[in-house]
Amino acid sequence: MSALGILTNANLNGGQKLAVKYFTVAIALFGAQVLFGLLAGIQYLNPDFLFGILDFSVNRMLHINAMVVWLLFGFIGSVYWLLEDESGVPVAGLALGNLIFWIFTLAVVVVVLVYLLVQVGPGELKSIWLINEGREYIEAPRWADIGIVVCVLAFFYNVAATFMKGKFTGIAGVLVLDLIALAGLYLAGMYYTPNISMDQHWWWWVIHLWVEATWEVLVGCLMAYGLIKTMGVRRKIVETWLYIEVALMFGSGILGLGHHYFWIGTPEYWFTIGGFFSALEPIPLVAMVVHAVFDAGHHKLKSTNNPALAWIIAQAFGNFFGAGVWGFMHTLPQINLYTHGTQWTASHGHLAFFGAYATMVIAFLYIALQKWRGGVYMSSNLAGAWKWKWAIFLLHLGMIAMVMGLLIAGYEQSQIERAIEGSTWMGYFTAQAHPWFVQGMFWRQIGGWVFAAGFVLLAWDLMTIGKRETRPALVHSEAEGT
Amino acid sequence: MAQEIWWASPSFWRKSAIWVTGLSFVILIFLTFDTVKQITAGSPRVPAYSVINKRIDYVFNTERNFQVPVIGQDEPLFGKMLTEEEAEALVSHGKLTTQAKNCMNCHTLLGNGSYYAPDLTKSWLDPSWGSKEAREQGMVDFLMNPQDRLHNALGRKMPNLGITEDEAKATVAFLKWMSSIDTNGFPANFKPIDQADAPVAAAPATAEPAPEVSAAPAQQ
Ligand code: HEC
Ligand code: HEM
Ligand code: HEM
Ligand SMILES: [Fe+2]
Repeated sequence: MSALGILTNANLNGGQKLAVKYFTVAIALFGAQVLFGLLAGIQYLNPDFLFGILDFSVNRMLHINAMVVWLLFGFIGSVYWLLEDESGVPVAGLALGNLIFWIFTLAVVVVVLVYLLVQVGPGELKSIWLINEGREYIEAPRWADIGIVVCVLAFFYNVAATFMKGKFTGIAGVLVLDLIALAGLYLAGMYYTPNISMDQHWWWWVIHLWVEATWEVLVGCLMAYGLIKTMGVRRKIVETWLYIEVALMFGSGILGLGHHYFWIGTPEYWFTIGGFFSALEPIPLVAMVVHAVFDAGHHKLKSTNNPALAWIIAQAFGNFFGAGVWGFMHTLPQINLYTHGTQWTASHGHLAFFGAYATMVIAFLYIALQKWRGGVYMSSNLAGAWKWKWAIFLLHLGMIAMVMGLLIAGYEQSQIERAIEGSTWMGYFTAQAHPWFVQGMFWRQIGGWVFAAGFVLLAWDLMTIGKRETRPALVHSEAEGT
Repeated sequence: MAQEIWWASPSFWRKSAIWVTGLSFVILIFLTFDTVKQITAGSPRVPAYSVINKRIDYVFNTERNFQVPVIGQDEPLFGKMLTEEEAEALVSHGKLTTQAKNCMNCHTLLGNGSYYAPDLTKSWLDPSWGSKEAREQGMVDFLMNPQDRLHNALGRKMPNLGITEDEAKATVAFLKWMSSIDTNGFPANFKPIDQADAPVAAAPATAEPAPEVSAAPAQQ
């Protein structure tokens, strides 16, 4: 190990050297997400802004695709991060993993350039293969889909082979099975049909069974590792919780898929099944809060890495509120008839993706930086701690302002456009022009700027935290003792 | 810590997780087989593509207590009766156009997508097209040059997406077909365009239409 406070790859094991590459791209794409979100938000307030140059559809596509990819990169990085630590052996096939990283990153760059420069194509299959698929979140053209599958398979090989060679822990078992499901589901999104009902039916397999099942379990694994790392929680406790979470999450989330099958042509029995099981989905999220908060309290909030712990706690609450509470609010068909496809949905989408997933990746960035700088001290009385504290505060303040603005706009839209006007073209614009809606969009934009300020501070903090720090990181017994 | 309570043991929860997941997945697969059958084009809920040869309406059904699509008399799109294959090819061209032009990153279709522009589920039936006679050409003209046709006070225009006339017609076919899907009453309370043949002088505007028995999708 080299001197404390100096950022050098010499401090990292093989998997971790690869992890930090993924993290670097992730944070850059997070920046892109914020940028294109701001542009799309401005267009709500001023529709002529960039009209015909970067239309709303282009900005929005880049916004949500950057999100999906930076979160995936963050997850992949996090798994490479913990791989050698958890298995006790070097990553199997690391050279392949490195090669795949560069291919993956190059593919992302090409896709983004095509989105920006070509934007749309003729109504032919070749547009779907080369330009974009026009299906929300999984717009990436088919050639890139295939590339993604190949990359994920290689990643999976790294993970499974490494655990096979070394210790196959409880976390490892859940992780490996979850990654199979996660990759397999992506295939459901890779086909063309003229039938929009069929299209949406399988599209939700990817989207819902990702975010409300496989991703949720993946962050459960990351949380388990994070709690062991930052607070020295006993493995047995953490793994038991992980199994409980998996049982509850898959038990509610798999059939909870039905809450997207109310209005797309699918049969009426989904009202009951989707309503019932999705209404149970908040339960595992409560379990996760209890778990994280209980452990943190048990260890008197004394951790070896305060910023990481703060983001882990933020994840537990963000997941609970964003997915659990905000999701539950519109999940029964009786309300969803009116909220379906309104800003209400956007409010939930923002709080859930940020609260459940962005937070977890950020926690891992801090765990990584601590070691990258040689295992520096990151507990209380850290020099320059105001940066991470203000970053987490501003990001949350901005997010909450956005989510509340969207929710109020969504209330208004569901009442006026959906319930009263019956969702006609004119009804839509009657609702969009209502002062409550316009104010909601205005506050969303203010929240967006605050969020962007928080992002800048976060990026700055990530580049500098622990830089001139000379104290070594606490070890767990000390963290508990102090 | 000598002996372990069964419900706090990792192995109990590991087994539970496996069983619960497996069971949920198996149930989902069974339901999926049935659902896929029911949403295949040509079924009662999702009509065959040749439905674009017919009049499609959206009428309150007292039995189900919400509006349902009602397939009526012949009313060929652009005045041309199409075979099933021709209709499928046309709708498919339209669907490809909606994907290649990224409609779903501004609009919702069946309520999914983006919230920057109106939902298109029933756009074929939207009263703002004026009259049934003007509708087909009006939609084609709009799709080809939306940037010059602003319909709202917010100044929120649809951009020119380079849609050709063929693509526009195909897209209209796709939109017409989509309006025939049985969406369990979404959107609720929609007020469809008047498609009666001769303008009826004083139709009772608020009364519910009589329950349609004839061609309503056979679904309880
Ligand atoms: C950049 C955003 C954007 C994209 C992409 C877009 N639209 Fe639109 N569209 C709009 C806006 C905004 C309006 C409302 C225009 C107005 O009121 O003047 C609109 C209106 C419409 C309408 C009339 C509204 C109604 O309820 O019937 C139809 C039909 C329509 N668009 C179809 C499409 C189709 C089909 C596509 C893809 C081929 C598409 N749009 C792509 C923004 C977009
Ligand atoms: C972290 C987990 C979750 C994430 C990231 C998430 C994200 C999202 C997103 C982005 C959408 C919009 C999809 C679109 O663009 O059409 C959505 C829709 C929806 N979500 Fe979630 N969600 C999560 C968990 C939940 C939970 C637990 C529930 C229910 C209890 C729920 C209920 C819903 C419902 C009902 C919709 C459909 C909204 C509509 O009809 O327009 N979500 N979710
Ligand atoms: C600068 C901050 C941000 C701004 C201004 C912003 C703005 C927007 C806008 C304008 C849309 C389009 C909504 C529509 O279709 O009407 C959108 C969609 C979306 N954004 Fe953001 N966003 C920001 C940050 C984020 C963050 C941090 C996340 C998650 C990590 C996120 C996740 C999403 C999701 C999931 C959608 C799709 C929602 C849906 O379809 O329901 N955004 N955002
Ligand atoms: Fe869902």
